[in-house]
Amino acid sequence: MLKKISIAGLCILSIFSFTLNAGTIKIGAIVASTGPASFIGDPELKTLKLYVKKINDNGGVNGDKIKLIAYDTGANPRKAVSFVKRLISQDKVVAIIGPSTTGETMAIIPFVQRAKIPLLSMGGGIPIIKPVKKWVFKIVATDTMACKKIMAHMKKKGIRKIGMISGSGGFGKSMRKQCKDVAGEYGIKILADETYGKKDADMTSQLIKIKNTKGIQAVLNPGFGQGPAIVTKNYRQLNIPYPLYESHGVASKKYIEIAGKAAEGVIVVAPPVVVADKLSDDNPIKKVCVAYTKEYKNAYHTDIASFGGHAYDSLYAIVDAVKKEHSTDPKKIRDGLESLKNFVGIDGVVNMSPKDHLGLDTKTGLVLLKVKNGNWSVIEE
Amino acid sequence: MNEFFQLLLSGVTVGFIYALVGMGFTVIYNSSGIINFAQGEFVMAGGMSAVFLLKWGIPFWLAFLLAIIITAFLGVVLYKLIDMSKEHSVISMIILTLGYSIALRGLAEVVFDKELHTLPSFVGDGTFSIYGATLTYQALLVMITSVIIVISLYLFFNKTKTGKAMLALSDNKDSAKLMGVDINKILMLNFIISAVIAGIGGLLLAPITSTNYEIGIMLGLKGFSAAVIGGLSKPFGAVVGGLLLGILESLVAGYISSEYKDAVAFVALLGILFFMPGGIFSNLKAKRV
Amino acid sequence: MAQAVKQIKDILFLIFFLIVIPFFFKNDFYYEIAILSLLNAIICIGLNLLMGYAGQISLGHGGFAALGAYITVILSSIYGISPAVSLLVSLVFMAFFAFVISKPILKLEGHYLAMATLGVGVIIYITVNAQADLTGGPDGMGVDIFKIFGFELDSNIKWYILSSVLLILVIVTFKNIINSPYGRILRGIHDSNQAVSSVGADVAKYKSYVFVISVVIAALAGSMYAFFSGFISPAEASFNRSIELVVMVVFGGIGRVYGALLGAIFLTVLPQLLTSFEDYQTLIYGVIIIFVMMFMPKGIISLFDKLGKTNAHS
Repeated sequence: MLKKISIAGLCILSIFSFTLNAGTIKIGAIVASTGPASFIGDPELKTLKLYVKKINDNGGVNGDKIKLIAYDTGANPRKAVSFVKRLISQDKVVAIIGPSTTGETMAIIPFVQRAKIPLLSMGGGIPIIKPVKKWVFKIVATDTMACKKIMAHMKKKGIRKIGMISGSGGFGKSMRKQCKDVAGEYGIKILADETYGKKDADMTSQLIKIKNTKGIQAVLNPGFGQGPAIVTKNYRQLNIPYPLYESHGVASKKYIEIAGKAAEGVIVVAPPVVVADKLSDDNPIKKVCVAYTKEYKNAYHTDIASFGGHAYDSLYAIVDAVKKEHSTDPKKIRDGLESLKNFVGIDGVVNMSPKDHLGLDTKTGLVLLKVKNGNWSVIEE
Repeated sequence: MNEFFQLLLSGVTVGFIYALVGMGFTVIYNSSGIINFAQGEFVMAGGMSAVFLLKWGIPFWLAFLLAIIITAFLGVVLYKLIDMSKEHSVISMIILTLGYSIALRGLAEVVFDKELHTLPSFVGDGTFSIYGATLTYQALLVMITSVIIVISLYLFFNKTKTGKAMLALSDNKDSAKLMGVDINKILMLNFIISAVIAGIGGLLLAPITSTNYEIGIMLGLKGFSAAVIGGLSKPFGAVVGGLLLGILESLVAGYISSEYKDAVAFVALLGILFFMPGGIFSNLKAKRV
Repeated sequence: MAQAVKQIKDILFLIFFLIVIPFFFKNDFYYEIAILSLLNAIICIGLNLLMGYAGQISLGHGGFAALGAYITVILSSIYGISPAVSLLVSLVFMAFFAFVISKPILKLEGHYLAMATLGVGVIIYITVNAQADLTGGPDGMGVDIFKIFGFELDSNIKWYILSSVLLILVIVTFKNIINSPYGRILRGIHDSNQAVSSVGADVAKYKSYVFVISVVIAALAGSMYAFFSGFISPAEASFNRSIELVVMVVFGGIGRVYGALLGAIFLTVLPQLLTSFEDYQTLIYGVIIIFVMMFMPKGIISLFDKLGKTNAHS
């Protein structure tokens, strides 16, 4: 009996024996393209495929073609760990893009550090690059940056006391924590702090508590997915008169589509690419944002999601590093990434350094938008 | 006081959503003794089909009708899969329906997409107030529809020949057979009814919560808890169970902690199973050792 | 007697197989899959004891494995207690926990039992998600290396050996239980509660023990996995994970030790083979489950039975 099992086992093992081409640049990707973070991971994967093809069609990098090896984790850190091991040991990639979420990123960091393969994470959390880790980079605005942008605006408008209602997923929890940490810098007090589950259908219970809290001047809702859309609808249903601020988790047309008329007047912090054509002409990233918006829509017949920009930037940063260092050696790529200067990405102008593996700043990295007539209008660039 | 009333209303709104999902469980369980873990996916299929039919240019009412037909078809497919299975033990049927739910989710990923979608509300976006608490018209529609469905089910099972035959079937397969009842047709009809209820639920829900390929999982689990609380054999029980669940969740979120709101459904489920496994209406106990 | 000889032969074969197979590993990734398979198999064998022999369905074993792992990790990483002691404390706690909840749960049967375990599993998931201060919340937390008596488990080979040894121990223990008078009672319970209680055996007590054993084994393997991967997240407690474990057991062949092993290996390896199907992976996974349940409800080990190499007692 066990003989049979062994034979079956050997058959399975042999399927793993792919031989790999020489003269290709193997870039790995770990994306959450199915599961609870799929509307982050799916546009990321689509973007990677689109631009890997584009690069290869235009001759590749230094004459070599890129081979993209992408795995889907369903936002499960255990799968991310398995796949990073597969990318490192079996596929032997020279750089890795992803994962899509902070949780998964934290899980795989020890492995890329040990294997000395550069990682460009697409997660939003600060712990990814603070403290700085030699092999880990990201070109994604952090939650803290988003909080600061929102709160600077609130301060300008004389808002001193706010209520918060956050999603209970990793993103919502993380941004909630960051906002609570930086609120003091802007003289803002958080008087109400509610949460909701990602799949909840109704948030009026929590909102009513916020509405009844005296002194509140605005409400902030960190979260993504269907939650914020429902919060927005409930918010209007309950006739809560204060301004509603949403996070970059909803920086996509989808949010406006789903929240409908309720979204009117909501203020959203967003990556600039969401309003590419509305950016001022002297904004250095306008060109690449406009191009991306057009190319993505042509290829996939659907609007961009800002998350795709992270994938774009990560890919081109690697390409840039390879070109600069004239090498596909992981160590050289890492050096090339660390010395990225004035790299014009969709997420902003990037300047990396040994102490800063994020390279973004609040100025070019985020914009403030208001929903007007069912569309975005830029209130602060 | 108006805070309490708002909490109550919000709980009732959600409760009717759970009720719609839960009712489907009871119909299938009643006739076949099977817990259909793919019930949530039927709800998803209703909403998502309508979304994409509309996208593909099909007129409003036709799209909704087709969406329901598609869901009914998925019910028939499940029935056939069960029918063709070699074994019908509790565990293989649980896993079969779980597999079906995974397959439906996978199919939706491929045929539809992974994004969030919404459907236009049938009755507009307006709200109205009762005692200072607000309710949307769509939520009211969900409630009215649930009540209509429950009443229809009651009339069907108790007043029509086919319906009565179905009840007879669930009590005793052999004597039903002896009386010339076509078991297979009846079982299949039950699956269709269950799927159609779920499909309607999906159509009504999408304007409120948005829909996407994944909503089946949590909805299924919560609807399932609602059904168990009400006693798995009565659609009316699912409504009561759903309402109790929704209200309890809302009150817990409002007065205790919104972090553990989701846990309410499962704590309630455990409570019922431990103390009243037949549901709150039962005089029968679940099979005890 | 022939039975016992055959069982010893089987185990020797397994040991031989476990020793030989690493020589076919082409790179470190194979170790990852192998170790994962072994740890999954350990949980599945315990789950199989519960489902196959005591006839109790559990849709919450992911939750139990994760809870045990979290307790171990919290004690060692946050409170600085040595990993080995943390593990022990966790297992003792899980045994106690399982014993306490087994009382009300095991009074239920069939669907109701499945639902109750589902409920417990989901509650565990929600709790670890919510208690971010202790557990790191939805993003999970890192886990330090496993050290025992100054010996560090820091390489794939060491983990492979440890997992293999644990697997063999679990199988041997399992076989001893099944072949003991206690085991006969268990099989009797599976077939008919009335018959067994009529000969005076305390059915409830035996079911409790089996439940506790299966939970403790799951907690052990779950903790080991957390140490091996250096990370733990609430996804380990999710309903999806619990389904995965049950499917492994049933796929392999319920009530069969080597079935559980086979199912664990098969379903650990399968997702790796399906990656090239990208968007279709979920659909294919679901379809495979459906077809196996429809046409091979006794599990894929029934194929091996037909080939005459196994019989219903292995």
